[in-house]
Amino acid sequence: MQKRFVSIWFRYLTTDWLCIRKPELFHVPFVFAASIHNRKVITAVNSIAEADGILTGMPVADAKAMVPQLEVFDEKQDRNTKLLKAIGEWCIRYSPTVALDAPDGLVLDVTGCTHLWGGELQYLQELIHRFKSKGYYIQIAMADTVGAAWALARYGTNGSVVESGKQAEALLSLPPAALRLEIEVLQRLQKLGLYNIRSFISMPRSVLRRRFGEGMLQRLSQALGSEEEPLVSIHLVEPYQERLPCLEPIRTASGIEIAIQKLLESLCQRLYKESKGIRKVVLKCYRVDGRIEQVEIGTNKASHHIPHLFKLFELKISSIEPALGIELFVIEATKVEEISPSQEALWLENAGKNMEELSELLDRLSARIGSEAIHRYFPDEHFWPERSIQLASSIIDKPAVIWPTEKSRPTLLLSRPDKIEVTAPIPDYPPMTFRYKGKLHYVKKSDGPERIEREWWLEAGEHRDYFQVEDEEGKRYWLFRSGHYSDTDTSDWFIHGFFA
Amino acid sequence: MEQRISKKILIDRLQKEILLLEGFKPATAGSLRFKGLESIEAAFPNAVFPTGTLHEFVNPLPEYTASTSGFIAGLLTAMMRNTGYCLWISCSRSIFPPALRTFGVEPDRVIFIDLVKEKDVLWATEEALKCKGLVAVIAEVKDINFSQSRRLQLVMERSKVTGFIMLKTKGQLTSTACTARWQISPIASEPEEGLPGLGFPRWNIELLKVRNGDPGSWKFEWSSEGFKQIVQKSFTINVEEETRKAG
Repeated sequence: MQKRFVSIWFRYLTTDWLCIRKPELFHVPFVFAASIHNRKVITAVNSIAEADGILTGMPVADAKAMVPQLEVFDEKQDRNTKLLKAIGEWCIRYSPTVALDAPDGLVLDVTGCTHLWGGELQYLQELIHRFKSKGYYIQIAMADTVGAAWALARYGTNGSVVESGKQAEALLSLPPAALRLEIEVLQRLQKLGLYNIRSFISMPRSVLRRRFGEGMLQRLSQALGSEEEPLVSIHLVEPYQERLPCLEPIRTASGIEIAIQKLLESLCQRLYKESKGIRKVVLKCYRVDGRIEQVEIGTNKASHHIPHLFKLFELKISSIEPALGIELFVIEATKVEEISPSQEALWLENAGKNMEELSELLDRLSARIGSEAIHRYFPDEHFWPERSIQLASSIIDKPAVIWPTEKSRPTLLLSRPDKIEVTAPIPDYPPMTFRYKGKLHYVKKSDGPERIEREWWLEAGEHRDYFQVEDEEGKRYWLFRSGHYSDTDTSDWFIHGFFA
Repeated sequence: MEQRISKKILIDRLQKEILLLEGFKPATAGSLRFKGLESIEAAFPNAVFPTGTLHEFVNPLPEYTASTSGFIAGLLTAMMRNTGYCLWISCSRSIFPPALRTFGVEPDRVIFIDLVKEKDVLWATEEALKCKGLVAVIAEVKDINFSQSRRLQLVMERSKVTGFIMLKTKGQLTSTACTARWQISPIASEPEEGLPGLGFPRWNIELLKVRNGDPGSWKFEWSSEGFKQIVQKSFTINVEEETRKAG
């Protein structure tokens, strides 16, 4: 497919921006200026000031002499880059590949996009109108190459579409500056009397190279299409992405549902063919007012099961605020994994189906309460109770080591040991009584001590001597003494859990 | 006379049908039996422990919660048979996963859902009970009212997943739609003869309410073979105390 590019030139980028923010400036000549070498130099001019003959690069004092009512604003560094980037992101609705063309332009790769707007001319008209309604004056052109589109946007007629393969003819009458050449080359061309591209385009390449350098030849062949010009898109296009532009802005929940259903169908069909499944999907809704609404869902197990994924999105639809309407839906699978073949399910039919249902349930839960609330534990090879378990990463993993059973552990473990008062004979006998939450317990039976050393390579501190005790009512507790007895402090006993 | 007998048969049959509608299945070869729990099973209609229904456990103290967790884990062992998964939903969980192994449950077959809001616990429980792929769902809640429990009961009638509700209430108990209300409290264990220390965990299992069954109370021990009923009254505690005094 022949590539097609659109170049957009914001002739009054920063001044238009200020006009939008301060409508009172609409009929006032004003400029942006920055201090260069101790004098104020104009960096941007609005259309009224330009009509009065003020140009960029002029000192402010001169301009003031020409137009006394001229207003001057301070230029801020990088303002235009930031502005361009924001506009570029908004332009994603017109094409997935948008590149910045600093300092005042954008390049869109519109290959295969224009038919959605009913043709190339209509596409450009739409862009011009949209930007005009927002308050930006743009000059725009479409061609087979970035170079030709750039040239025609700036030096040709606004809104022109160069037919495929006709870029050489279109360029002939333009000045050499349209080729994005360096200033020295341009000056040399001027000196030699080569005022338009026609006058040197048929010269032998060796001659041009000798006189104007390799750079000029590159620019020329980029404009003519004999050399590829790479574009750096603002957004990297995800390999698994589907787009759904809407003719009418969508404002209802049922409309959003239909859009999600359609997008999922086409995305899952593709994943199914490649036997892949989704772990994470982002749905971006581009609103008419330029905002982007975004929802994300994740799954515990790679899936391309449309009803399931749809259900997960269904939980989030209420959080999408359509405002005046959504004109473009983009679905991106940000994390895709190979799907384990369903043969396993064939053998253990029930177990396989159960797993499927379970993972879908967990997805639904994590969609509402967050995946950090779902825990599954594996044994960890530590004796220290708090460290004896670790989180499992998924529901299909198997523990690497078996669960230890040789030491009995309490059924309930307090997340933080509670301090208790005890009466205990020294040196290492279990307590006779202990007081916990105001209640005195008489210890009738006990087991221990079981000494658990703190892992010194992980943290510093005292060891613990654990006792299992049973009180007069038959309630069982896990108590420990922290460290050795010392003369200074005596009450370093804790309760850490309850046995069944 | 004949008429009376036929009436009795009729009523019996109707009762059985009602039980069937309420989810109590008659004992069949395939129905789940809990080894060692025969005397408790007898308290339920048809002498079958009702799975696929809601059971409620009252835990006024953390010690009770520990015992209840142990008892439920013991039930899960029989229900899971080392396949399948169950969900443990709570917003103040203190159960220590390795301890489940003591009662025969592989702790990695239990998925813990730790929530912040009490409200979400019931929502998550209802969602989980819809999932036929689960063996059981255990939910720790502060309180549950009739309509909430009824909702859960209706969901599980379709999915046949068993639900265990652990109530942490200290106050008045309200009536719920649960099939059974239990209270498991720890009682003094008995070490093996001649050995010091603690014995196997022992519980006093009280069945406070059973729909269409007979409430009762039993003393059980979780031994190395599983549930074991304690029949004889033990005097050893007194004896031990005396010997201690002498020592």
